[in-house]
Amino acid sequence: MRYIPTTPKERDRMLEVIGVRALDDLFADVPASVRLNRVLDLRPALRDAGVIAYLGELAAANGDADRLTCFLGAGAYDHFIPPAVWQLVTRGEFLSAYTPYQAEMMQGELQAGYEYQSMICELLAMDVANASMYDGASAVAEAAVMARDLTQRDRVVISRAVHPEYRQVLATYTKPLGIQLVDVAVEDGRTTADAVRKAVNDRTAAVVLQQPNFFGAIEDVRAIADVAHDAGALLVLASADPLAFGLLAPPGACEVDIFAGEGQAIGNPLNFGGPYLGIIATRQSFVRRMPGRLVGATVDADGKRGYVLTLQTREQHIRREKSTSNICTNEALNALAASVYLSLIGKDGARRVAELSLRKTHYLKERIAAIPGYAITHKGPTFHEFVVRTPRPAAMIAKRLAAEGFLAGMPLGRFYRGMANHLLVCVTESRTKDEMDRFADALARAGGKPRSRGRAMTPSARG
Amino acid sequence: MSPVKKDSTLIFERSTPGRRAHGLPELDVPEVPLSTLLPTGMVRGTPPALPEVSELDVVRHYTHLSHRNFSIDEGFYPLGSCTMKYNPKLHEEVARLSGFARLHPYAPDDLAQGALRLLWELGEELSEISGMDTVTFQPAAGAHGEMTGLLLIRAYFEARGEHQRTSIIVPDSAHGTNPATAAMVGYKVLTVRTDPRGNVDLQQLKSLMDDTVAGVMLTNPNTLGLFEEQIDEVSEIIHRYGGQMYMDGANFNAILGVTRPGDQGFDVMHYNLHKTFTTPHGGGGPGAGAVGIKQHLAPYLPTPVVSHADGRYFLDYDRPQSIGKVKAFWGNFGNLVRAYAYVRTLGAEGVRNVAEYAVLHANYVRARLKDTYNVKYDRICKHEFVADGTRQKARNGVTTRDIAKRVLDYGFHAPTVYFPLIVEESIMIEPTETESLDTLEEFIAAMIAIDKEAAENPELVKTAPHTTVVRRLDEVRAARQPDLRWQADR
Repeated sequence: MRYIPTTPKERDRMLEVIGVRALDDLFADVPASVRLNRVLDLRPALRDAGVIAYLGELAAANGDADRLTCFLGAGAYDHFIPPAVWQLVTRGEFLSAYTPYQAEMMQGELQAGYEYQSMICELLAMDVANASMYDGASAVAEAAVMARDLTQRDRVVISRAVHPEYRQVLATYTKPLGIQLVDVAVEDGRTTADAVRKAVNDRTAAVVLQQPNFFGAIEDVRAIADVAHDAGALLVLASADPLAFGLLAPPGACEVDIFAGEGQAIGNPLNFGGPYLGIIATRQSFVRRMPGRLVGATVDADGKRGYVLTLQTREQHIRREKSTSNICTNEALNALAASVYLSLIGKDGARRVAELSLRKTHYLKERIAAIPGYAITHKGPTFHEFVVRTPRPAAMIAKRLAAEGFLAGMPLGRFYRGMANHLLVCVTESRTKDEMDRFADALARAGGKPRSRGRAMTPSARG
Repeated sequence: MSPVKKDSTLIFERSTPGRRAHGLPELDVPEVPLSTLLPTGMVRGTPPALPEVSELDVVRHYTHLSHRNFSIDEGFYPLGSCTMKYNPKLHEEVARLSGFARLHPYAPDDLAQGALRLLWELGEELSEISGMDTVTFQPAAGAHGEMTGLLLIRAYFEARGEHQRTSIIVPDSAHGTNPATAAMVGYKVLTVRTDPRGNVDLQQLKSLMDDTVAGVMLTNPNTLGLFEEQIDEVSEIIHRYGGQMYMDGANFNAILGVTRPGDQGFDVMHYNLHKTFTTPHGGGGPGAGAVGIKQHLAPYLPTPVVSHADGRYFLDYDRPQSIGKVKAFWGNFGNLVRAYAYVRTLGAEGVRNVAEYAVLHANYVRARLKDTYNVKYDRICKHEFVADGTRQKARNGVTTRDIAKRVLDYGFHAPTVYFPLIVEESIMIEPTETESLDTLEEFIAAMIAIDKEAAENPELVKTAPHTTVVRRLDEVRAARQPDLRWQADR
């Protein structure tokens, strides 16, 4: 019995103390009508080495960002993660710990949570941050519900340049609550204050924007926050990569009321989409309407500094159906990874990561703009992503590029009608000039006459 | 408890201006003036006050913090309703394979065949284990699974035009997430009480149920650690009025391979893969909350659904009746790799052994402690049981909170306390199958010793803990004067 230490002799002794004869007697309360009177039909058990071998085989069948050069972002970013991050985070003391409800024996976790909240507040220039949410998409949805509760209004205005999956999740969360969603169209890849002004009214609880937006463009958050506030609404700012705020004017400097973003970029691996972490940060005055766990500093019986989970009367285990959210389990380990990452890059690195990403992106943008048949879709400033108009359907281009060892970017036809010939390309600080040059050359080749043999290289074919 | 008790200096307080820990690359493309790339108004003025420390500072800081923590790797967690079992190291190794950890969620299906196959196979295994027809992995945690499940139920009724169903029944013993979830999906909560044997009160259930009720959310075994003996009757009552049965799978560990929710009449359930399928809790998350359903709810599943045809796996987005998405991408994949490794290690026999030994261990601890601590519902339990501190409190005012804090001094995590709400001064104990008899004996001895201390030296217990890095913390102060972050100007 793998992972069960009890010997047959011990089992028999325990049964005797309990006063039953066999293990089966412990299930006498399960009615015969619902018992499973057969062995489960599962795949055969594997020995440890067999598990490693089989999962190794499945892993090898994937085209990961070590095997292909990654120019794909769209909400999940290939920033370099210093090895120290996950070596520290996966220490058993962090990895195998429970939620720190017994504060006296969980000071390490709690202090790390307090430091995480502090670092997120510093990066975003916001007053308070919680200890994490599930992911960026659900954080945006929870922020919208929070805005409804704060304003007692039931309409949410959202830019179409917010990540399409965040908007989908927002729709799922808000529909049963009767919150109405109003889309704002995008002009030249950006949200305009005029368009938002036309969309808001006296029922608008929040205006939701993303910075940088899904197309990589930099929004004029301040101007749109003014429009929202004039209408008595809150400004909710999403972000898929908060590392941008090492260089860009942070949410707190742009009159943002609630920040709701994805923290994957901060020290967390791509992981085929999760686990990542949701970030929520807001104004001090809104703290009691926040969802999720919060760590607070206090003192012990001797007056010594210590940390606890606090303001728990907002939460489901105390307030039940009147809680601010049903969230219980969060993404504490991923938040810890974010703190270790932010500690390692520090004050200087936060700016450097953002600036390197921006400058390299600009280089690739100019290279691609010069390739015949290709064009840069939007004119305004971008951060580390931009949209390319492709001479053939972007999905075809991406497939050709995969055969040359590149994850080319996100074909936008899946999310936006009329954008089948547009590719969202991302450049982080990890990409080199050489990789970008080779990528641009490959794009040029793919943009020429279609090859008859063009097919995606499957990992097995790469052998 | 670790002997190492380093101080609580914040990483910000270790900062020295100009010190750096990063090894970021140099710029390898021509440098252009920043103002040509970004309008000046969009550039950040003051940099974030992040720590300025060396890499060794960072390594030592977090290593010190880890020494001020408790974990499964360090000791026993008899934490009811949380299933804190051993997290195999093997799982960590496979989850970190670059083919998984470095795989982009938008990698085209052709480049994600291994990952999609894993999801497909894990879905098959979990469906068989639960008796459900299919599984979605999108929810990030248990409460997120609850929300997904109720949204499926809601969509099902909407498609049938049954708009009058506006409430849902939740037992008084339920996890707080159940009523909170019901409220998040717009349902009114009707509470059904627990009968004297610890089951749902059937009479009251009958009186609450009609065609304005969407269904019931049940945890089975329930939070008293007891199997709902009248589950057939419950299912009959709910389904007679066309309602749906939701199972909160927090306690699934107790019945693996013995009885399946799908055979008990449940239409939808969530699995806490971070409990039953031992993906590490990580200090509060990430979890993974798969949701299993019967076929009639399949049209409403979150998009996309992993599908399989002609030897190829793909993400199917063509789901016109879907509730939409509940999370970006496909779920907490890293944890799904771990859960898959676990299921494949155990196989059918191993899966059943989990339930058998979890239940054996819980009943053993119950049998040994019931003379010392009151057990309100004293019958054969499943994976956990609920004792209480009412005797100790009546004797000389030592509360369950005091007892829990004293447990820490014995080097164990405390049991779950003050939950479920229907047991006064409750102490909920779940030993899990992975603890040895020696550990159980040590814990039993500690609980008996604490009772003796409570009788002979109550102050010792009331002022516990005494051996932790801090003494009892002032939670009232934390809530009244919230200090939620470090600030540079302090």
